[in-house]
Amino acid sequence: MMPSLRLSGQRALWAMAGVAIIGVVLPLLLRSDFWLNFAIMVLFFTVLGQAWNILGGYGGQFSFGHAAFFGTGAYVTAVLQVKFGINPWLGFVLAGIGGGLVGAAIGFLSFRYGLRGSYFALVTLAFAEVLRILANAAAFTGGGVGTLIPLKQTAANFQFVDKTGFYFVIFALMLIGLLLAYWLENSRFGARLMAIRENEDAARALGVNAFAIKLGAISLSGALAGLAGAFYAQYFLYLDPRLAYGPGISVEALLVPIIGGMGTIFGPLLGATVLHVVGEIARKVMGDAVGLNLALYGMVLVAMVLFLPNGIAGLARRQRLKPKEERL
Amino acid sequence: MSEPLLDVRHVDKSFGGLRAIADVSLSVHQGEIVALIGPNGAGKTTLFATVAGFLKPDAGAIGFFGHDILGSTPDRICALGLVRTFQIVQPFAGLTVRQNIAVGAHLRHAGRREALELADSVGRRLGMAALLDRPAIGLTVAARKRLELARALATEPRLLLLDEVMAGLNPTEIDEIVAMIRAIRDEGVTVLLIEHVMQAVMSLAERIYVLNNGALIAEGTPAAIAANSAVVDAYLGHGAAGKLQAKQVRHA
Ligand SMILES: Nc1ncnc2c1ncn2[C@@H]1O[C@H](COP(=O)(O)OP(=O)(O)O)[C@@H](O)[C@H]1O
Ligand SMILES: [Mg+2]
Repeated sequence: MMPSLRLSGQRALWAMAGVAIIGVVLPLLLRSDFWLNFAIMVLFFTVLGQAWNILGGYGGQFSFGHAAFFGTGAYVTAVLQVKFGINPWLGFVLAGIGGGLVGAAIGFLSFRYGLRGSYFALVTLAFAEVLRILANAAAFTGGGVGTLIPLKQTAANFQFVDKTGFYFVIFALMLIGLLLAYWLENSRFGARLMAIRENEDAARALGVNAFAIKLGAISLSGALAGLAGAFYAQYFLYLDPRLAYGPGISVEALLVPIIGGMGTIFGPLLGATVLHVVGEIARKVMGDAVGLNLALYGMVLVAMVLFLPNGIAGLARRQRLKPKEERL
Repeated sequence: MSEPLLDVRHVDKSFGGLRAIADVSLSVHQGEIVALIGPNGAGKTTLFATVAGFLKPDAGAIGFFGHDILGSTPDRICALGLVRTFQIVQPFAGLTVRQNIAVGAHLRHAGRREALELADSVGRRLGMAALLDRPAIGLTVAARKRLELARALATEPRLLLLDEVMAGLNPTEIDEIVAMIRAIRDEGVTVLLIEHVMQAVMSLAERIYVLNNGALIAEGTPAAIAANSAVVDAYLGHGAAGKLQAKQVRHA
């Protein structure tokens, strides 16, 4: 009855199954620590980018402050375990909840007052900066000196001697992100979210409670970013306010899906892969100059906006959905 | 007579110094097709936006299906069964026609499959079968107007507010959409429509309200409105009715 739609949904499921199989086999092929670390970082940025994609790609609400959610997740895990001895696996779950709550709070304040477009972007940026300053000032975060998570390499402690452990955690999180995006493309919530992205007034006229849907999207997005933050804390065992809440994370979170393809299931995975392959090549060629990766990201972004405005995933989609004038 | 489905009482709405709607009262009964006409800038679209919850009136009362909907939000009003279309069509440009219609269908169908199936059948009923998988961005004016109607219909409303869905259509397309609107009413949906295409208004509407400069200046059957000199004056300028009558007398 609805051939193309169902097929594309099914195609996405097959592609996800393919990614799952490749992902499980990959660590067997990546014998070196360098490449395993590379894969982990790609997957980490995929998760972060997918978090942004939920709100920005599917919902059209462009955040410049995803560090607010990411950093909260990272600090929840780190502080709970350093100050209160709470197990980091539990901390991981609480980080998701914490990120989601910060998302809900920021969403409530900005959507309540009808902030859209660049106003919303600026407000999210401001919230992340406020949190950075607070983390700098507060005692329990270790202030500007940062927080060190003590080394205790057991799986029960969410620390792995073999990096493969970290790999599978972030890989599982990446799969959850893919499933979330798939759900958005095949559910009422997602249909309403995309309708808001396309035209909020038209969506409201058709019975969509835009405030509630956007609030749900930013909470979900915040939760996933919070989980990414907790992973980061466990992987590097060190946090400071700039790493957690600084604009660097916010920029990467939005670059990844913009480059890969906003509002697509696999956009963040494509974007994170391309970005980090290009980054790695540049480092090999030009050495480890300070700010090199950022300058490079800037150039990639400019090239994307000029030549591939729908991201890498847009290449495939453009063929499928070529607009055609059609007489009735 | 039974209680009206839509009951607008003494509604006022100003934009700054401009009184876009001045003390307007009108009612629409279950099963009717009622037209709202008037020159450009009369306040017709503003009245629709106010009734549908997009604008908050300065004064007045609005009842729908026994509920006081004044100050309610568009989504809640839509859930009660009152849906509007937009004069300036507002397609979800990046979505396909089917996905566009499904957003409306989701109002009463949580499942994706049911919503898509309903979207499918509404789209087919409105003659859009060949367009269902097209992105809305590439549609012609006629198709966009029809999509606007299809999405609204997919919410399974009690009352449809149609804002100039015939503007920009050719005579054949107008005949088609007139037939569709009549069929929609025959299935139990009440219709209030803003329209400039007078031949369509005259054939569709059972009653007509005329708005001019924000105020209602006439109400009646199509025949009564056509004979009303105040209405002719509003459209053609002051004194036009008299001249027209004089001309008709001379022709007779
Ligand atoms: N959002 C708005 N802000 C200020 N003025 C408006 C707004 N919407 C409509 N108007 C004015 O209100 C009057 C009625 O407009 P409208 O309801 O669109 O008329 P109609 O649909 O009958 O052509 C016009 O003078 C228009 O310029
Ligand atoms: Mg109008």
